[in-house]
Amino acid sequence: MNGRAIRIVFGKELRDSLRDRRTIISMIVVPVLAIPLLMFGMGTVMFKTMAQARQEIPHVMIIGGENSPKVLSALHAARNIQIVPATADFTNQIAEKKVRAVVKLPPDFDAAIAHEEKARVEIYEYQGEMKSGFAVENLNTFFRNLSDATVQERLTRRDVPVEILKPFTIQRQNVAPPAKVTGNALGGILPYIIIMLCLTGAMYPALDITAGEKERGTMETILCCPVGRTDLVLGKFLMVLTASVGTVVLSLFSMGATFLIAKRAMADSLPREVLQAAATLDIGGLAGVFLMLLPVAVLLSAVLLMVGLFSRSFREAQSYCGPLMLVAIVPTVVGMLPGVEFKASLAMVPLLNVSLVCKEMMAGTWHWNYILLIFGSSCFYAVAALAATVWMFHREEVLFRS
Amino acid sequence: MHGETCPILVIETHQLTKLFRDRKRGEVRAVDGINLRCEAGQIYGLLGANGAGKTTTLRLLATLLKPSSGTIEVAGCDAVREPEKVRARIGFLSTGTALYGRLTAREMVEYFGRLHGVGEVLLQERLREVFARLGINEFADRRCGQLSSGMKQKVSIARTLIHNPPVMIFDEPTVGLDVMTARTIVQFIRECRAQGKTVIVSTHVMSEAEKLCDRIGIIDRGRLLVDGTLTELRTRHGLTDLEDIFVRVVEGRP
Repeated sequence: MNGRAIRIVFGKELRDSLRDRRTIISMIVVPVLAIPLLMFGMGTVMFKTMAQARQEIPHVMIIGGENSPKVLSALHAARNIQIVPATADFTNQIAEKKVRAVVKLPPDFDAAIAHEEKARVEIYEYQGEMKSGFAVENLNTFFRNLSDATVQERLTRRDVPVEILKPFTIQRQNVAPPAKVTGNALGGILPYIIIMLCLTGAMYPALDITAGEKERGTMETILCCPVGRTDLVLGKFLMVLTASVGTVVLSLFSMGATFLIAKRAMADSLPREVLQAAATLDIGGLAGVFLMLLPVAVLLSAVLLMVGLFSRSFREAQSYCGPLMLVAIVPTVVGMLPGVEFKASLAMVPLLNVSLVCKEMMAGTWHWNYILLIFGSSCFYAVAALAATVWMFHREEVLFRS
Repeated sequence: MHGETCPILVIETHQLTKLFRDRKRGEVRAVDGINLRCEAGQIYGLLGANGAGKTTTLRLLATLLKPSSGTIEVAGCDAVREPEKVRARIGFLSTGTALYGRLTAREMVEYFGRLHGVGEVLLQERLREVFARLGINEFADRRCGQLSSGMKQKVSIARTLIHNPPVMIFDEPTVGLDVMTARTIVQFIRECRAQGKTVIVSTHVMSEAEKLCDRIGIIDRGRLLVDGTLTELRTRHGLTDLEDIFVRVVEGRP
């Protein structure tokens, strides 16, 4: 190995890439501008529409309820629903979103309540539709209150204290400090975001300096230089790793900055938990996650270089990257699922292990023996992938595959 | 390593063989027992049809490929045992300009100079000299991707010359070039000889070989069939036209 040669190759590759519009887009424009805009744009739109839907008073239709003026007037008096005139095709009306829910009252409902007979109220809804759900929620509250009031009235009539229905109370107490609550919520998604950014940042440059060079014929000329092939491939690898880690760092900074700006700008419209999350982010956990993901960046950069080296052309390399993305996403997403907890047997599964341990670290739980085991196994995979890349670069049937 | 005196035989191969494994055709003998001898300060032309084994032979000489068997010696170094020493002593120019489009002409040539281990002071000196000789100065700071094909070819030549190698290898250097650019290349190859460099050039253009080469080898299906000066070949086959000689040699093969 020759440090000077590696430095020359690295410097050239970095300069070459930074002049390439496509690298600039994948390494700087997408993470710095597009991702925060997308995330916060989508978030804002979602919060706004939710808030709007909540503010909107849902239209509700009442079917039946003959001879029951008491309940009807109570329903009409309810402020969070708007009663509209009944029609026979009420199910269609729900489907067409003209009304959000329909209440079907049995005949003589008031009388049934008064005589302590069983009565059945039916609520029609469009399940899965958010606004219909809000209408049903409001109706449920209305009827629960009515039911409570009725029970209370009946008990009072019999001289039974209302407290008999509540033999004890339940109070929930949170012992997790706010930072850990945030960590738990963020720990699942953060490794996923970082791994995806590692991949997207490294992908274009990795393929360009391997398959792209083969295609343009520069690979042959560079191999004619009196520089060891190990030095050449290491110089190239360092450039890809720089692009990968650079993308992650830039994205995290820009996300953090956007978050702070958004927090100031929309302090009123953001949910309280989100604001709290920003205030109490665990920096130690974040640094730990970053360190744990470094060997993963090495692994992914090396794998992408191998894909590029194996391919005859840039297009061929790109076609391999789709499946590769999937292979990387699946273990990461599995690690993100709320139910999947860390087990010793998972410590050797690449990507999944890091994903799981990062979740724990962000939540403030540091199992040092597991952390070391996983860091060790990730480093092993990273070194193995890098060694395989170097080996491939020495194979003439790979470099001159035609 | 720069400008050292070359031995009389600068390129010498003995029973050079390269086998490829092909899924459809099985084992392919791309180069089959070639004994090549190029003398110092001469232009050796490797003549053959497409797929005859020219490029593979040149890639073996340039240590891009390792031989399956046989030996190669270039400028006094063994290509298998000391590939990096061989690479330091050759300049390789292949079909196509093979430049980095986003680097300027100057950056491109500097990069290759540094990879060849040329020190910074000497590098700048060589750069001035080579750029002046090839007329690159007026576009030295433009990106290679924006240059005309003639300019690109000049930068490509500058790249092969920056470390002043005693041996030059050209793989079909004029393929796909216009007449003027092709002439520049031919002129450049002659200049290399005038400076005492040893040149090996592969081509399938007979007129080019006839005008340029001191010695000609005809290669077909991986075997070197005949080898000699143009005069020797003419006397041996009783024909004057190189194309006629080529056809007779290739068709006369059992």
